[in-house]
Amino acid sequence: MRSLLLAVAVCGATALTSFAAGATQDEAERLERWRDLQPEFFGERTPQDGGDMVALDAPVRAEDASLVPITVTVANDQNITGLYVVVDDNPGPLAARVSFGPAGDPSVLKLRVRVNQYTLIHAVAETADGALYETAQFVKAAGGCSAPVGADEAAALAEMGRMKLRLGGDVVLGQPVEAQLMIRHPNFNGMQMDQLTRMYTPMRFVRSIDVTYNGVQVFHLDGDISLSTDPVIGFGFVPMEKGQMKVVVRDSDDAVFEESFDIPAQGS
Amino acid sequence: MSVRPRLPARPGTIGRREALIGGLCLCCLPAALRAAPAGPIATVEVAPGLHVRRGLDQEATEENLGGIANIGFIVGRDSVLVTDPGGSLADGEALRAAISRTTDLPIRYVVLSHAHPDHIFGAGAFQQDSPEFVGHARLPQALARNGDYYRQRLEEILGPGRAGPVVMPTLTVDATAEIDLGGRVVAMTAHGIAHTDNDLSLVDRATGTLLPADLLFVGRVPSLDGSLKGWLKELGALKALPVTRAVPGHGPESVDWPAGSADLERYLGVLLAETRQAVADNIGIEAAIETVGASERGRWALYDDYAGRNVTKAYKELEWE
Repeated sequence: MRSLLLAVAVCGATALTSFAAGATQDEAERLERWRDLQPEFFGERTPQDGGDMVALDAPVRAEDASLVPITVTVANDQNITGLYVVVDDNPGPLAARVSFGPAGDPSVLKLRVRVNQYTLIHAVAETADGALYETAQFVKAAGGCSAPVGADEAAALAEMGRMKLRLGGDVVLGQPVEAQLMIRHPNFNGMQMDQLTRMYTPMRFVRSIDVTYNGVQVFHLDGDISLSTDPVIGFGFVPMEKGQMKVVVRDSDDAVFEESFDIPAQGS
Repeated sequence: MSVRPRLPARPGTIGRREALIGGLCLCCLPAALRAAPAGPIATVEVAPGLHVRRGLDQEATEENLGGIANIGFIVGRDSVLVTDPGGSLADGEALRAAISRTTDLPIRYVVLSHAHPDHIFGAGAFQQDSPEFVGHARLPQALARNGDYYRQRLEEILGPGRAGPVVMPTLTVDATAEIDLGGRVVAMTAHGIAHTDNDLSLVDRATGTLLPADLLFVGRVPSLDGSLKGWLKELGALKALPVTRAVPGHGPESVDWPAGSADLERYLGVLLAETRQAVADNIGIEAAIETVGASERGRWALYDDYAGRNVTKAYKELEWE
């Protein structure tokens, strides 16, 4: 109960954590939910235990249910062509499906997701031959989807399409480097009600992100309503020569936002 | 008028202890007594004609009826202004009872300092007085956005029908305005995005008292729901005001001004500097929550309930610099 009180008390929270939400679910129900979701994403295929191959790091109890940072790491990334991140009990469970191109580096993927109720979050790695490897973590957070729109979303709407790229250290040719792509976008999920008009703020979310480096694909991401306001994607790439990273973002209103970033690379 | 400076807290003790003391007092009341109509709440006259009820340093509970914010009233020659109506319908009714015990003058103005539930849900208790409900020009949209959400969450705590209605302002302020209570002018300022995007502060000129509501937290950990940089900016402007006393939105009934802003300014400054550094060092939000503001833990009641959220909020703001 304490966290519920907390959200009400002062603080205008754009999120609400609650012991009540999702608390009736037990382990068996969660596994059944995951099995029910699989055909939609994987068809006939069933993910196998990811073991040491794929790992998911998420806060056990999120500070802000509308912004839950998660990190997927892949140990042996040679064969990995794609990653799925699924927030099982969200209304739109698939947070992101990422396919890596020749310039991509699947070893690490960082996302920020909304969490609507206590849920398992699954990360699934896909290999070139179509095999799937899964891992999961239980996250205690709730209300991240229906929390009202706030000043953050207003700022995001005003600057929609603005992007930043941050690099995690010096870029050395031929060496993987971690980058962080930030996109201003409210990612309205259609669940936030305007109490004056009794209308829901229309859904408008980032549908896809394409990142290329000197024309070679780094990754393609299919997004959905479970990504947080102002999506931030942490990813790896391997620059083979000096060049330019190009980002193309498409949203559900078919708006297209493009940005290019010069990558200051050092020869190796 | 006496000022109550807050003693420095010992790390890790004050929040829980204060919460426990307050909680026990109320919890130990027999259930029948708790359910009875609320009597007048105890207020302190911090300056002539300026009465303040100190909120508990707790979260809203069924026992405290959401009475966790500092609320009060100012009595002029002709009428009364309510400085915030309280955290629930019952909290507002108890404040109204305290006012009628003090004066027969009509309640002409009820200020809604910002959209947070602990300050405004008592407004329904004053509708019978047909006052002007006064708020920031951005308050209507904030209440439209969040009001019903707050009300539902509060009713989960207090019980169905016990939160109170969402009352919209009838008079909004987009820059500054003055209200005359009869020989007593209250000046109002609508602030830029700070604690929230709809903070309204008051100055009671007759007594040289600033009522910044939640632009000032003392003792209870601040909560950031607007803009960190904006809050520091607005706090700087408030410090320059020619007043000697302030009534925090949370904390003692009254503090010296501007000295009483020191703890808040230090906290916000630490949050700004350390979060900005975390962003520059490419430290992720999760790691930043663990490290930013460590020196502040133990200095504030309810610290662990809000610190992580504040870092998250600050990080989101500063990473777009």
